[in-house]
Amino acid sequence: MRFEVRGASFGYKGGKNILNNISFDLNKGEILSILGSNGVGKTTLVKCTLGFLPWRKGATYIDEIEWSKWKNQDIWKKIGYVPQAKRSAFSYTTEEMVLLGRNAHLGLLSQPSKEDMYLAESCLEKVGMSRLKGKLCNEISGGELQMVLIARALATNPELLILDEPESNLDFKNQLIVINTIKDICDNEGISSIINTHYPEHAIAISDKALVLNRDGSNHFGTAKEVITEKNLRKAFDVDVRIRSFEIDGKMHTCVLPIGILNNDMNLEVLDGQLFEDAVAVDNAC
Amino acid sequence: MIVAFTIAITAGRYTISFDNMIKAFTGQTIEDANVRTVLFNIRLPRAILAVIAGAGLAVAGAAFQSMFSNPLATPDTLGVATGASFGATLGIMLRLPALGIQMTAFIMGILSIILVYSISKVKGESSLVMLILAGMVISSLFEALVSLIKYVADPQDVLPEITYWLMGSLAGTGFNDLLVGTLPMIIGIIIIVGLRWKLNVLSLHEDEARAMGINLNFIRGLTIISSTMITASVIAMCGKVGWIGILIPHISRMIFGNNNKYVIPASLILGAAYLLLIDTIARSISAAELPISILTAIIGAPVFIILLRKTGGIKA
Repeated sequence: MRFEVRGASFGYKGGKNILNNISFDLNKGEILSILGSNGVGKTTLVKCTLGFLPWRKGATYIDEIEWSKWKNQDIWKKIGYVPQAKRSAFSYTTEEMVLLGRNAHLGLLSQPSKEDMYLAESCLEKVGMSRLKGKLCNEISGGELQMVLIARALATNPELLILDEPESNLDFKNQLIVINTIKDICDNEGISSIINTHYPEHAIAISDKALVLNRDGSNHFGTAKEVITEKNLRKAFDVDVRIRSFEIDGKMHTCVLPIGILNNDMNLEVLDGQLFEDAVAVDNAC
Repeated sequence: MIVAFTIAITAGRYTISFDNMIKAFTGQTIEDANVRTVLFNIRLPRAILAVIAGAGLAVAGAAFQSMFSNPLATPDTLGVATGASFGATLGIMLRLPALGIQMTAFIMGILSIILVYSISKVKGESSLVMLILAGMVISSLFEALVSLIKYVADPQDVLPEITYWLMGSLAGTGFNDLLVGTLPMIIGIIIIVGLRWKLNVLSLHEDEARAMGINLNFIRGLTIISSTMITASVIAMCGKVGWIGILIPHISRMIFGNNNKYVIPASLILGAAYLLLIDTIARSISAAELPISILTAIIGAPVFIILLRKTGGIKA
């Protein structure tokens, strides 16, 4: 599937534009990361992309056909949405939860069949969580619940996954599990993904493309390599960062290190040099 | 269920022996002609009404709980029941026919849930607390309106009728009333039973439910209309029968978990058996019939507390 947003803007009724002139595209099996500081509109962007909020200008295209021309149920057979793991009032068992992902394939009054249940179980297996079978969603850990929600989205048999900060609130190991699972699924099944994330390192590690949202309303879109740079991150987060790569056992790893908070008033160019000198001074001292 | 039904039609101030019941149903002649009259014209329609109304109230309660993803949300707590009783009282005061009373009860029930829902919605999100609060406010508003009608109603004939009806009773049901009155209940029950798996999807957060490819407004509307239809016709026929809508779904959830695939059928059967049992006790225990809402609470509360302590509540 080819997923594309062209020249889109969004603002709440009567308010200013929150998102300005957003364009991005995604081909089969590609992963797009969306980066940006708190409150810049990442979640709003996801909601617009999912069609929950209407674009003020521009539109979303699936396979070159505009969103509004698709039948609602057909869209949700192609797109799986993974929300941030939240507890719900009524707790279902993990396989009941995953089974809900079959909804788009079922008619109004129909019940899930044996095959649907079998598929739900295999999705739970796919994310490596078959040991959770029979457990209640409110009794498992946050990381496990996130994996169950990914399994639920997979049960739809989607061509695109949209994930809203899937690794937030998780510890080191669980973050890795979630990120690696997403990467594996995309590589093995040719599913594309759009991921909202707070971690530039994760974006570098798994994504093909990236979209960085700035506070001034501008944005950068391109391949992950082009877009996730020290300069762009500095501008988006007001944080001075260093991006360094190193090789461990023949595999390249990239880390993004925040050095310090930038003052908005200061000129970026001048600051660049100063901070670099500081860093060298520290190095020498060591 | 069958046992409860048998007890219900044989027990009472006029006891019918089991033998005679079988004889009556199989068309054999019975020495005492009264058996037939009591059985077919009084006991049977009444038992059928109890079964359908009990099943309906329980199913409507379970549907509301799922739809608002809130274990406290039922037609009783969200003001639908009081709205509908205001509608019915209005109908009684205006001396409308049975069907008219059904209609006014339904309209007021729908009106109250629309009011509650729009009050509780803040910035597109409806929080658990706001929903219950709005339900309480609307409930007390309609309760005041019921009192107002009672105040202005003619104390000679209309007032006693309203007062007695409000306490709830299944008495005086013939087969003709049964057909008109229970039809909306049966339709509502069938719709909710058909939607039972969709109710699981509906209980998710709004965006998640939408991303499952559900037609949110349509299914919500269908659920609200079905539940309100059931509640309103039960109220129009039997007055206010409290407790069943919250008690039975809770018990079902404690036993079977939260999957509506099981909660809805379980509520249906338990609700039917419970109201049948309550009604049998209500008319057998003393010469004068006890209002059922008194009994649903007196029997329901201890049962509920015991279950709550034993199972540790529903799996929230």
